[in-house]
Amino acid sequence: MSWDTVADVVASICLIGGALLAFAAGVGVLRFPDLLSRMHAGTKPQVLGLILVLIGLSLRLRSGGAVWALVLVALFQMLTAPVAAHLVGRAGYRTGKVRRDLLVVDELTDAQARAATRDDADLPRNDAPEETTDAERR
Amino acid sequence: MTVVLLICAALLTVAGVLALIRAERGPSMLDRTVALDIVVTVVVAAVALYAAAERRTDVVPILVVLSLVGFVGSVTISRFASVEPEGEGRVRSREEIAQEEAERIRAEEEAERARRARRAKEAEVAHPDAEPVAPVEARREEESAGHAADAQASSAEVPHDDDRAEHDGTEHDRTDEGSTR
Repeated sequence: MSWDTVADVVASICLIGGALLAFAAGVGVLRFPDLLSRMHAGTKPQVLGLILVLIGLSLRLRSGGAVWALVLVALFQMLTAPVAAHLVGRAGYRTGKVRRDLLVVDELTDAQARAATRDDADLPRNDAPEETTDAERR
Repeated sequence: MTVVLLICAALLTVAGVLALIRAERGPSMLDRTVALDIVVTVVVAAVALYAAAERRTDVVPILVVLSLVGFVGSVTISRFASVEPEGEGRVRSREEIAQEEAERIRAEEEAERARRARRAKEAEVAHPDAEPVAPVEARREEESAGHAADAQASSAEVPHDDDRAEHDGTEHDRTDEGSTR
């Protein structure tokens, strides 16, 4: 049993693992009830599944330049996936697509309520008098 | 390797189809974004699988490009889905723009008319026997005098009236200087 065979076997295992994670993501994104849990299912193959597939591919290719390009792909994905997930989750929260009854911990709502009460205490509202003076000065 | 290839291809196909079903159903834009992210990942995995099966290194740049394009797409969609209020992203027609412009101009004219009426009323209150239509210089003089009196009478109540009276007074003084020189 040569090293090539070992590398091929390991590559096959990695490729199957990545494909299984992608399959799990497909099932999860179809079956899960709300946006955040769908994101949770969808991010499995984005990082771990992709890295497994890339390890399998680089074990199959076994050439320097291509492997560095694959490292680059994994690096890009690890940089961009958190940003995209953060933006999607933020947009979902702001537009009310988060189901509160499914959450175990919801720190953001409490923090926003605290910030709102603090702002109200700090700045008394004086919109109306400013508006009238502006109209008169004009 | 052929068996592995077949298993992986089947798994990836099913995953892609399930994600596409979610993208078609998805109640909101963000669910579709998540589903399309998974589709992009599945395509990346499929291209990698093809490269692994054929031992081809020339398709590796495709993986780089795909991972970047998927990021840009999802970020753009979620960015616009979060900030766009109701009816904001619509392209307005020419008639609607003209209508809004006309409404704005009408509001400005009404404000101007109300301001003139209020000034005339104030001047009348200050000098009841003065003629309503006076020459410009005389009317300005009267107004400044009336405002000075008003300001002295009720400076505590309306502070910005005081400002305007002062402003008018200085303007008047300047014109006087010019005439005497």
